Amino acid sequence: MLVKVFITPRKGILDPQGHAVEGALKSLGFTGVASVRVGRYITIDIDAPSAATAEAAVTQMCDQLLANPNIEDYRCEVEVGAPSAEKPATLLSGSSRKPGLAG
Amino acid sequence: MKWGVVRFPGSLDDGDALYALRDVMGQDAAMLWHKDESLGGAQCVVLPGGFSYGDYLRCGAIARFSPIMKSVARFAADGGLVIGMCNGFQILCEAHLLPGALMRNRSLSFICEEVHVRVENAHTPFTRAARAGQILRLPIKHGEGCYVAPTEELAQMEERGQVLLRYVDASGSESEAANPNGSMRAIAGVVNDRFNVFGLMPHPEHAVERLLGGEDGLKIFQSIAQGAR
Repeated sequence: MLVKVFITPRKGILDPQGHAVEGALKSLGFTGVASVRVGRYITIDIDAPSAATAEAAVTQMCDQLLANPNIEDYRCEVEVGAPSAEKPATLLSGSSRKPGLAG
Repeated sequence: MKWGVVRFPGSLDDGDALYALRDVMGQDAAMLWHKDESLGGAQCVVLPGGFSYGDYLRCGAIARFSPIMKSVARFAADGGLVIGMCNGFQILCEAHLLPGALMRNRSLSFICEEVHVRVENAHTPFTRAARAGQILRLPIKHGEGCYVAPTEELAQMEERGQVLLRYVDASGSESEAANPNGSMRAIAGVVNDRFNVFGLMPHPEHAVERLLGGEDGLKIFQSIAQGAR
């Protein structure tokens, strides 16, 4: 099973990379760009009996290592079936960490 | 006093820290290997600067899981003194031994220069050899030194006197220009609420001899060493 993890700078936290990219896009003439945030995208191929257990495991991974709850938010998507990039993604469930939840 | 300097894969300033403590200050200091769990009887553990584990994922995020860090956390919980410089500061934040986090510099550039920091609280094991308000000139060299923490937590930390060092200009005044990396409240170094774990982005170990451009860094190590007497 493939789990995709999207990690982004927490709202309200200054994102200097996003800010720099935003400035670059504007200087290239792209109009209407309101804001850009730069994050991290991680894929994890995991053996798990169900999408729910895969997601629970990856949520723990995020809490303990993949994301820093002080400055980052994350969201997971579980893709069922072989971890092949050719296969269309089936979005089964998503989760987003709420501040204050125990890790 | 017995010191232990932890060497992680990718540590850079471990040798300089050992040199500062042993050769310059005549302290009893030894290198500790990150895979060991023993702290070798150290009374102060030093987490040096560098790029532990290549700064992969986030600075300090992986070093935090080195076997020795379990012992460091236990040591700190028992009241032992821990100091983290630069990458060591990042590791302490990732290990939740210090509040907050260190993010990419506001300028996005790696900064290598000398800065001035003001000692905000001289009643701690890490600053007692300095005077409150004293200006120290120390080098910084980092890409991720922008200190952030929740606003309410910062206010509490200020109230408790946990902000030990703040970036200022040569005359001791705070200004946007004197804050090299965009840290919130121009914070250069913080201590935990038990006052036994200290993290700072500047490098006191690189400022221990005139030949190196200054010896203000000694104030930090002398403060710690004073506690052992």
